Amino acid sequence: MKVAVLVFPGSNCDFDCVHAVEETMTDGAVERVWHTTEDLTGYDLIIVPGGFSYGDYLRSGAIARFAPVMNAVAKAAEAGVYVLGICNGFQILTEAGLLPGVLRRNTGMKFRCHSSMLRVARPDTAFTSEYKQDELINIPIAHGEGNYYCDDETLAKLQANGQIVFTYDDNPNGSLNDIAGIVNEKGNVLGMMPHPERAVSDLLGSSDGVRMFTSIMKAWRERHANVN
Amino acid sequence: MQTLTKNTLDSLEQGKINMSKEPTPAQIASERIYATMGVSDSEYDLICTILGRKPNYTEIGVFSVMWSEHCAYKNSKPLLKRFPTTGERVLMGPGEGAGIVDIGDGQAVCFKIESHNHPSAVEPYQGAATGVGGIIRDIFSMGARPIATLNSLRFGKLTDERVRYLFEHVVSGIAGYGNCIGIPTVGGEVMFDSSYEGNPLVNAMCVGLIDHEDIQRGVASGVGNPVYYVGPATGRDGIHGATFASEELTEESEAKRSAVQVGDPFMEKLVMEACLELIQSGIVIGIQDMGAAGLTCSSAEMASKAGNGLELNLNEVPQREQGMTPYEMMLSESQERMLFVIEEHNEPIAMEIFERWGVICRKVGRVTDDGRLRLVYGSEVVADMPVRGLVDECPVYEKPSQVPAYYTKNEAVDTNRYEEVTDVNDALLKVLASPTVASKEWVYRQYDSMVRASTSVAPGSDAAVVLVRGTRKALAMTTDCNGRFTYLDPYMGGRIAVAEAARNVVCSGAEPLAITDNLNFGNPEKPENFWQMEQSVDGMAEACRHFDTPVIGGNVSLYNENAKDAIYPTPVVGMVGLVHDTDHITTQGFKQAGDVVILLGDTKAELGGSEFQLVIHGVTEGRPPVLELDTELRLQKTVLKLIQDGLVKSAHDVSEGGLAVAIAESAISGGIGAEVEVSAEGLRTDVALFSESQSRIVLSVSPEAADAVVEACTQNEVPVQRIGVVGGDRISIQVNGQQAIDVAQHEAERVWKDAIPCLMQ
Repeated sequence: MKVAVLVFPGSNCDFDCVHAVEETMTDGAVERVWHTTEDLTGYDLIIVPGGFSYGDYLRSGAIARFAPVMNAVAKAAEAGVYVLGICNGFQILTEAGLLPGVLRRNTGMKFRCHSSMLRVARPDTAFTSEYKQDELINIPIAHGEGNYYCDDETLAKLQANGQIVFTYDDNPNGSLNDIAGIVNEKGNVLGMMPHPERAVSDLLGSSDGVRMFTSIMKAWRERHANVN
Repeated sequence: MQTLTKNTLDSLEQGKINMSKEPTPAQIASERIYATMGVSDSEYDLICTILGRKPNYTEIGVFSVMWSEHCAYKNSKPLLKRFPTTGERVLMGPGEGAGIVDIGDGQAVCFKIESHNHPSAVEPYQGAATGVGGIIRDIFSMGARPIATLNSLRFGKLTDERVRYLFEHVVSGIAGYGNCIGIPTVGGEVMFDSSYEGNPLVNAMCVGLIDHEDIQRGVASGVGNPVYYVGPATGRDGIHGATFASEELTEESEAKRSAVQVGDPFMEKLVMEACLELIQSGIVIGIQDMGAAGLTCSSAEMASKAGNGLELNLNEVPQREQGMTPYEMMLSESQERMLFVIEEHNEPIAMEIFERWGVICRKVGRVTDDGRLRLVYGSEVVADMPVRGLVDECPVYEKPSQVPAYYTKNEAVDTNRYEEVTDVNDALLKVLASPTVASKEWVYRQYDSMVRASTSVAPGSDAAVVLVRGTRKALAMTTDCNGRFTYLDPYMGGRIAVAEAARNVVCSGAEPLAITDNLNFGNPEKPENFWQMEQSVDGMAEACRHFDTPVIGGNVSLYNENAKDAIYPTPVVGMVGLVHDTDHITTQGFKQAGDVVILLGDTKAELGGSEFQLVIHGVTEGRPPVLELDTELRLQKTVLKLIQDGLVKSAHDVSEGGLAVAIAESAISGGIGAEVEVSAEGLRTDVALFSESQSRIVLSVSPEAADAVVEACTQNEVPVQRIGVVGGDRISIQVNGQQAIDVAQHEAERVWKDAIPCLMQ
């Protein structure tokens, strides 16, 4: 399984994602891929990591969406490749139109970093199959703009299609309907504000993030087996 | 070399650069313009002797910053010599960007602390942010990968509106910079006391990891080698920042906001990644960041360390504004800039790296053999000064020192004369709600403490612990200084600062390695202030020798005064310790019902400088607790061994608020109560609970381990007392058989957690 971790100027969770993949995905061969890359053919999973791409100047993710690599991400997503956007990565995916909605300033207007309990609303996606329905998992957050918002129509669609994958147990940022993570309609693009790559070992305070990576690996294997 | 950039040509043509408006050398002398730059008459005369003529405006500007306390340590050098700076593990002591200590397996830890007090007093957000940015550059300029930052903050009382403004924006500034650049802010301390009103302290520490072979120096070696400028263009911000930092804050200081730099953490992230890649390529001869005194200090120091000269072509310096004069370019403290030397033939390698990261890199000069710092602008030489004169010939002052009257007076103060406080439950809640003791979650929740996914113990325990990837090792780190103790007795306070830092590191399961120090004091020209410095340094130096934790670098910040007086002498100690195995990582919270609570160390009637004395009796007076070095070392060695033997569930050092607060904090952090019974012969209940006697640690251990722990302590002559059991939902403490404290754990937690958020609403 080939994994790409994108690197924009200002990405700062790229190495963390690389390490998380190395430590949790036994089949994963992971590479950091530069923002100028125009072709992502051959990758099975693309991780858009957290950080402050382009300093988050203008608006989080607003400049990164124009990076050459984002066209390739859109193409890959269209082709069904798994795309996982974490924190700034989620913001970039919404700016790029690969996921609906926007991430606004936290209601408290301050950056917040702490552990957070997420409820797994959809354990039947490629990213969450190793979790149980409504299981509470401990995945830390670290963001200033994680307040998810979308219009009523979009929300109704998200609900009807079962696209809301994670919700906060104790909403830290004012997100609409406690939304912490969503998938696209096809189910191959997931964006979430919390950081699963920071929850891969008890020494870091939680290992609940491990199963996200193993879920993706499982989905990929199943898909692979079916193709063969 | 003499090519003019288009920018400069345009400016010259349009008459925008008008150096003729600058005072002439004769005017500088007759109008004593040098004095406004902090240069004394005798120093000016010496500069004239060194040059063999009167300095021009650019030259006197360059000398004034090089000879400021901030760069030359002219008032503190004789004291700094008293610190032990060597040790078996020390790979790099003071003198370079940061000190380096061996941690085995070819790896080392690089760390340093630095102040940004005065900038933060007038422009708190940018002052604090650029403080963080500056210390991070110090670390990566050594070739180390920054892995964590900490900060040590002091403010006036939070009931004051201006203090709340400073506090709010200093914290935002630290968060804004650290979060964006992606280096976790893992710890530090915040204390509040009216002594710091108008002159807050903002000390930032950075810790990096480095392989031995990657260690860099800031040297301009190899005559003829080109010198490169890296980073954003130079603007007019921060001009005379180093001088500004070396004088007292006054009402006019507000008008010197322009001396405060503006930070861009995104740019620093790019510069950092590019520079680390450049260093990894193996072509760097010397590299140094442009910190205080910008281009001036970095170029002069790099030349000095190599015993060479340097010629800078200022036409090539990237400029953010039109019409900047050589004076402005040399003194600008625009942020995120670096200077490095490589061999000319390696230029394409360097350029490829910086281009890829989108960072400006420009050849701005050359190493020369004549020992002079020569500046070329337009087509003329605009300054020509001997490097030695700039770096080594600043006069060093042995300041007069005098015992302050308050110190003598305090000797007679009996800190046991206060009427006994009988409602100690209420007293505990009051002390827990004191902002100095209260939870700092409001602060550290704004910091990304987990980026890099290596933070094992985040803010909120005795020391932070960061894992060393690929090994079973980890680094524990902390900053400490109780300014009230150093005020009441600078010598004892200095000892305590080092001891407490070491105790925190030990309680986290680490062996103390070395310290970096930030000496924050008042105006050294006042003999009483100089006495405080002298005494503090002696106390710290003695403790460092005793614990074998040398001083590998640091910073001096003087002239910290407000309208009323000098701040409390505050020599902040930043310490790093080595956790030999991640199994040893220990935190302060109680872990499990049934565990035995054990108190190590003796409690004496020592209320001087305590939180209780201030919060309940409203004073800071008397003598601080006495710290005995042998007792402390025995305690630390014993506890570290017990932790390494796997016998300890939690460990928490007893500091501000005494035993009552230590037990409450362990209960709050653990989310579980405890029932404790202390015997403290001859002590009043309130004194036993809130005395801040040193060399005490509260442990919790499993019932099976308790006997072994007690026995080991007895053998090592560490006073030990089994004082209770973890469990239930109340914090209950009996003293000498009398019920003293009985409060619900959640009530204590609420008071402790809500205190700062309530004040900040």
